[in-house]
Amino acid sequence: MRVAAIPAVRESGTRRRRIVVEHAVAYLFLLPAALVLLVFHFLPAFAAIYMSLFKWDIVQGAFKGLDNYATVLTGARAEEFWHSLSVSLTYTVITVPIEVVVSLVLAYLLFQKMRGRGIYRTLYYLPYVTATVAAAVIFNWLMNPNYGFFNSLLEDIGIGPQRWLDEPRGLFELIAGSAGMVLPDWAAGPSLALVGVSIFTIWKFIGFQVVIFLAGLGNISTEYYEAARLDGASERQLFTKITLPLLSPTTFFVATVATIGALKAFNQVYIMTNGGPLDTTRVLGYEIFKVFFQQGRIDLGATMAVLLTIIILLFTLFQFRVAERRVHYS
Amino acid sequence: MSESRRRPRGRTIVKHLILSAVAVVIAFPFYWMLTTAFKSFFEATLFPPTLFPTEAHPENFAQAWAAAPWARYFANTVIIAAFVTAGEVTTAVLAAYAFARMRFRGKQLIFMLFLATLMIPSEATLIPNFVLVTKYLRWSDTLHVQIVPFLASAFSIFLLRQHFLSIPNELADAARIDGAGHLRFLRSVVLPLSIPVLVTVALIQGIGVWDGFLWPLLVTSSDTVRPIQVGMAQFRTEFGAQYHLEMAAATFVIAPIVLVFLIAQRHLIQGVARTGIRG
Repeated sequence: MRVAAIPAVRESGTRRRRIVVEHAVAYLFLLPAALVLLVFHFLPAFAAIYMSLFKWDIVQGAFKGLDNYATVLTGARAEEFWHSLSVSLTYTVITVPIEVVVSLVLAYLLFQKMRGRGIYRTLYYLPYVTATVAAAVIFNWLMNPNYGFFNSLLEDIGIGPQRWLDEPRGLFELIAGSAGMVLPDWAAGPSLALVGVSIFTIWKFIGFQVVIFLAGLGNISTEYYEAARLDGASERQLFTKITLPLLSPTTFFVATVATIGALKAFNQVYIMTNGGPLDTTRVLGYEIFKVFFQQGRIDLGATMAVLLTIIILLFTLFQFRVAERRVHYS
Repeated sequence: MSESRRRPRGRTIVKHLILSAVAVVIAFPFYWMLTTAFKSFFEATLFPPTLFPTEAHPENFAQAWAAAPWARYFANTVIIAAFVTAGEVTTAVLAAYAFARMRFRGKQLIFMLFLATLMIPSEATLIPNFVLVTKYLRWSDTLHVQIVPFLASAFSIFLLRQHFLSIPNELADAARIDGAGHLRFLRSVVLPLSIPVLVTVALIQGIGVWDGFLWPLLVTSSDTVRPIQVGMAQFRTEFGAQYHLEMAAATFVIAPIVLVFLIAQRHLIQGVARTGIRG
C-alpha cells in the first residue's frame, strides 16, 4: 500500500464527488424520457380511474363513487356495453384462432431452407406495414356490394352477390338461408359485416405472426430433430412431438398479442363499417370512442376504458403466468 | 432409396404451391388497388369487373392528388414522423444508457416503473390525454400535439438497454482511462456499435407515426395539421363513390411506407422477431 493517509482521505472525497456527479448525470439522462412517460402514459392511467368516479361531461362534476360502473355494467348503458363486449369477443374468437393456425403453418413451411423464402416472408409481412386506413379502404372496395371483386368470385362459384360490410345478418343464417333453412336467432352467427372486418384483420396481421413464429422456430435446437430422426420418427411426429410442444411459449405469446390486439380494435372498424350495420360491428374500442368523443360522456367513456384495461391486463397477466411456468419447465 | 429421394421433392413442390397460393391472396388487394387506380370510372364499376384495365388512365392519380391537400398531409406526416423518431430515439438512447451502464440509486425501481407503462393499454390513457391536451394545455389542432406525447417509449428504452448491456465492459474501462466521460463514451463507442438497433427502433417508430390514426383524428380538426391517414379517411368521405380515385389515393398513401419497408425490411423484420411488438 503506497497510498499515504492524507491522499486517501482526499481520494474518498473525490470518490464521493464522483458518485454525486454520476448520480446527477444518470438522472439527467433519465429525465426527458421519464417526463414524457410520466405525463402521457403513467399518470393518465390513474387519471382514467379518477375520471370514472365523477360525473364528467364537458367539465368535472360531482363525485359519484362507483355509480358510473353501475350504469355501464347493470344500468342504462349496460345493454350497449355488453353488446359491444360480446362483439369484441366474437371478433376475437373469429380472428385469433385462424391467425394463429395459419401463421404457424406458414412459418413451419417457410422455416426449412428453400428457394424464395425471403420473398415469401417479405410479401406476407407487407400488409402489416401498410397504412391501416388505406388498406381498409381497399378491402371496402373488394367487398363492395355492387362492383366488388369478392362478389364476382362468389358469382364464379355460383353464389349470389352479398352485401358484405352492409350485411347485418349472421354468417350461418345466410348459409342456411341459401339452403332454404331458417335458423333460430342464437345460431345466426357473426354478421357478415363482422366477418368482413375479420378477413381484413387476418390479412393484415398474418405476416407479423409468421415472423414471430419463425423466430420461435429458430430457437428450437436442431439436436432434437436429429435425435428423433435417428429414432425413425416421421415428419408428422417431428411436428407434433417436437415442434408443437417446444414452440408452445411462442404460440401462446402470439395468441395473447393477437387477442389483446383484437380487444383493442378500432381503426379498421371505424373505416370499414363505422360500427354498423345495426351495431353488429360495434366493438368495445368503437363504443368507447362513440361514448366519450361523439356523445361527450368522458365519465362513461373512462369507465368503459378502465373495464377494457382490466380485461386486457388479465390476459397479459395470464400470459406472464403461463410463460413463467414454461420457462421453469425447460 | 429412390422413394426417399423422390418424396422430399414432391413435398417441396406442394410447399411452394401452398406458399405461393397464400402469397397471391395476400398480394391481391394491392394488385386490385393498382389496377382499379388505372381504370376509368366506367370500367371500375363494371360487373363482373375486368381483371386488367382495358385502357390505362394515369391521369386518375393527378385527379386524386388535386382533389385534396395531399402535399400538406404528406408534409405534416413527414414532419411529425421526423420529430417523433428523432426525439424518441434520443430520449431512449439517454435513458437506456443510464439503465445499462451507470450506477445510481433507485435504478431497479425506476426501471420497473418505466416497464410498467408497457402494460398500460392505450385505451386507458386515451381519454385523460385527450382532456389534458385539449382542456389544460390547449394544444388542439397543432402539430406538436401529435409529437410531444410520443417522444418517449418504454419499449425502445428496453430494446436499446438490452443492446447496450451487451457492449463489453472493457471498452468502457478503456474509455474511462482515456478520460472520456459518459457522453463521449456514448457518442464515440456505444452509438456506432448500435446502428442496427437504432435503425430498428427508428423504423418501428416511423412506421407507427405513418399508421397513426385515432389520436390525430381526435385532436386535429383542420387540414393544415392533419396527417396522411386522417386525410385519407377525410378524402374517402368526400370521394368514396369515385372508386378509381379512391384507389389512386390509397396507392400514393401506401407507396412511401412500402418503399421504406422494402429498402429496410431486414432491420425491421429482425427487430420485430427479436421483440414481438404488434401495433
